[in-house]
Amino acid sequence: MLFYSYFKTLVGKEVTVELKNDLSIAGKLQSVDQFLNIKLNAIRIVNETRYPHMKSVQNCFIRGSVIRYVHLPPEGVDLDLLHDATRREARGA
Amino acid sequence: MDAHTDKMASEEDATVVEPLDLIRLSLEERVYVKLKGERELRGKLHAYDQHLNIILGEVEETITTLEIDDETYEEIVKTQKRVIPYLFVRGDAVILISPPLRK
Repeated sequence: MLFYSYFKTLVGKEVTVELKNDLSIAGKLQSVDQFLNIKLNAIRIVNETRYPHMKSVQNCFIRGSVIRYVHLPPEGVDLDLLHDATRREARGA
Repeated sequence: MDAHTDKMASEEDATVVEPLDLIRLSLEERVYVKLKGERELRGKLHAYDQHLNIILGEVEETITTLEIDDETYEEIVKTQKRVIPYLFVRGDAVILISPPLRK
């Protein structure tokens, strides 16, 4: 549940989700669930000229399993917190 | 009692029992991650879980493609690189994690 908790701290922040089909979607993180499914608001396709088919989409739900990367905002990363949480999770699991 | 549990905690931290413990040794260090799709990442390991979901910092991604010349049929190896400050990587694409390879 480590990353689920982490993503909950990012709600409201701007992220870029890169999918396994090479589509990159930037937007405000609206919500996340235990499967790391993601809902984004006010989305913008990063390479819009190559992928024009989502021009009218403002909000979207992304299944967690199709995500390759999430580009995180530097101000959303608390390294000490992440390290501590990882050590605790690694020991427990 | 607190000192005893603290000592037990740090002993558990040092014990390497399963493969995931090996990754723990690389926390806060630079690592090399091989992903599906001929992709490689080099960055600082900040977090991971049992699914091998990862958070990396100051990461360089290398994508390798093999192009075949139409006439000469020779294989051209091309690489694209980019740098990303902080990256969450979903574990199902991860093939391996290791300390950086020294050449």
